[in-house]
Amino acid sequence: MLDNNQLLRFTTAGSVDDGKSTLIGRLLYDSKSIFEDQLEAIENTSKRKGHEGVDLALFTDGLRDEREQGITIDVAYRYFTTPKRKFIIADTPGHIQYTRNMVTGASTANVATILIDARHGVIEQTKRHAFIASLLQIPHIIVCVNKMDLVDFSEEVFNNIVSEFEEVSSKMLVKDIRFIPMSALLGDNVVNKSENMPWYQGAPMLHTLETMHISSDINKVDARFPVQTVIRPQREGFIDYRGYAGRVASGILRKGDEVTVMPSGFTSKVKSINFHDKELEEAYAPMSVSITLEDDIDISRGDMIVRSNNKPEPSQDIEVMLCWLNNSAAKPRAKYTIKHTSNDQKAMIKEVVYKYDINTLERNSEDNDLAMNDIAKVKIRTTKPLMIDAYRENRTTGSIILVDDATNETVAAGMIV
Amino acid sequence: MSKYYLNYLDELESEAIFVLREVWAQFENPVILFSGGKDSILVTHLAKKAFYPAKIPFPLMHVDTGHNFPETIQFRDDIIKELGAQLIVGSVQESIDEGRVAEEKGKNATRNALQITTLLDAIEANKIDCAIGGGRRDEEKARAKERFFSHRDDFGQWDPKNQRPELWNIFNGKHFEGEHFRAFPISNWTEMDVWNYIKRENISIPSLYFAHEREVVWRQDSWIPNSEFLVLEDHEEVVTKKIRFRTLGDITITGGVESDADTLEKIAAEVAGMRNTERGNRSDDKRSESAMEDRKRQGYF
Repeated sequence: MLDNNQLLRFTTAGSVDDGKSTLIGRLLYDSKSIFEDQLEAIENTSKRKGHEGVDLALFTDGLRDEREQGITIDVAYRYFTTPKRKFIIADTPGHIQYTRNMVTGASTANVATILIDARHGVIEQTKRHAFIASLLQIPHIIVCVNKMDLVDFSEEVFNNIVSEFEEVSSKMLVKDIRFIPMSALLGDNVVNKSENMPWYQGAPMLHTLETMHISSDINKVDARFPVQTVIRPQREGFIDYRGYAGRVASGILRKGDEVTVMPSGFTSKVKSINFHDKELEEAYAPMSVSITLEDDIDISRGDMIVRSNNKPEPSQDIEVMLCWLNNSAAKPRAKYTIKHTSNDQKAMIKEVVYKYDINTLERNSEDNDLAMNDIAKVKIRTTKPLMIDAYRENRTTGSIILVDDATNETVAAGMIV
Repeated sequence: MSKYYLNYLDELESEAIFVLREVWAQFENPVILFSGGKDSILVTHLAKKAFYPAKIPFPLMHVDTGHNFPETIQFRDDIIKELGAQLIVGSVQESIDEGRVAEEKGKNATRNALQITTLLDAIEANKIDCAIGGGRRDEEKARAKERFFSHRDDFGQWDPKNQRPELWNIFNGKHFEGEHFRAFPISNWTEMDVWNYIKRENISIPSLYFAHEREVVWRQDSWIPNSEFLVLEDHEEVVTKKIRFRTLGDITITGGVESDADTLEKIAAEVAGMRNTERGNRSDDKRSESAMEDRKRQGYF
């Protein structure tokens, strides 16, 4: 593996019936990412269950309940590496009752893979998956038209599905969509090019994942540095050192840059950028560094250092697309803790503007209840201003979660409109 | 602009440092769980980087089963001295003496499961609200479902079906009195990533990871080191082999592999060619398909 290889995170949404587990198993198996003892365990289980051959889907079984029920309940993370990239798969269940897990897996992904059973074409579940991918602003989508072996590897079937999907996605904000006809079961167009579909000119799935351009997925324009903690060593040689530790959320910060500390509005210049015992000229997302400033300013966790000529909007009234993640429904006008970057404030849901019917994707302004897996546009009021950007421009400074103070559970995730 | 991206190791490093700083910011009294194995050494190294030029602002905690490799204890004491860090030791022997736990019986008896009680007692006694571990999601199927911030109830138990969703990089460490968290900064690293990084940073690790001559016994498909704790069966024979360990646990359950890899370069090359998972040599995981999940639910590392 080369030193400049990148990390690509992708999510797979789908159910066992779509062949999702088989696809992941196939990717791992054909890229030789499965170890012999794992293979042996799967072979034994396959035999015990009376399956013919090795059931690749068994690789993705995790918790005991999942094995017993043959379903995925939670997000599971899998890893594989090729000579070109390291991959992290967020394997999420596709069923409607697990929307929250799909949203979770999608939140950090560069690529969403959406599985379609070639026999059934675009169904409600496909639309839901595409909608979640666009809502979470996953930069790239790969539509895997699977089980092509069951439709005689027909180009016409494939083309019809592509048109159907494009009709759906044209109403969504999606930047980059690719379509791949495949048979995960037989291995066609997963790692190896299919001999059964010479009409398909594109690359197999793995090659697509290995080569797609992802460096531009992160916002490089708006410099945002949420302060996580302040480092004050109090030891010899560093008595006056006061470093602001954090991870660059977006953009680039350079030594000497004129910066403003939000929300106080004090201005200063970047004196140094440190990483461990090294001094850097610049820092960019997603680097974890420590920054010192020329002036002594009161800065603490929750503050944000930004370039003075490009500041986020301090706001107490924010509109978000909210996904409700908890079993207990939202309580009207209840207070929650809102977490935004390193900042915690109190917040209240003032109004549900409209709710999506997750299957038809129609908006409903009559129904104001927010229950598990609901996705709605809401208005939130916070006790103090948050330094926000729109989610479509910045996934880090544009996202929030809500925590219920009565249970401490994470009850909702929101994307700032 | 194309040069403004991190390679995979730098991105993993940056992510882990972010998590460690979140732990420090969100908890009152965190510790690093330090076993002397490569993963906890890696976490400690990352913590050193995260808070530099300050010292690591929390103690290291070792759950001592009494069945250690002597090399591990020596290594632990050296690193504590070098970092100027505080060490907390939870002793399984003490838990046994106090009647909190009972030794397992039989030839494959280990103190592995007993550690759970000692660990939870130490967490309670020291009022620890977050224990940082070197667990990785690629290790084992129950660990594949772990969060970076993983909640434990006031009995120290993990409820895998009812975990808090974790989105973007927003971590929710809020908890009630008596509950605690486990944090896993290197969740997204694989065994190969760990070795590549140790090699790149030239991090010192116990000599046990390098190929060396040792008295061993062939048991459960791997070379178990001979020690005062090992009860030999009649058909078993002690032989001397050149081996190294891929993981370090108790001396009673950690199997070695035959190897000539005596440098970090050779180890990384060997791991790249390995066809078995590292935990394949750990008899604690061979007990059943859900051995790890069951122990984790009760409060295991």
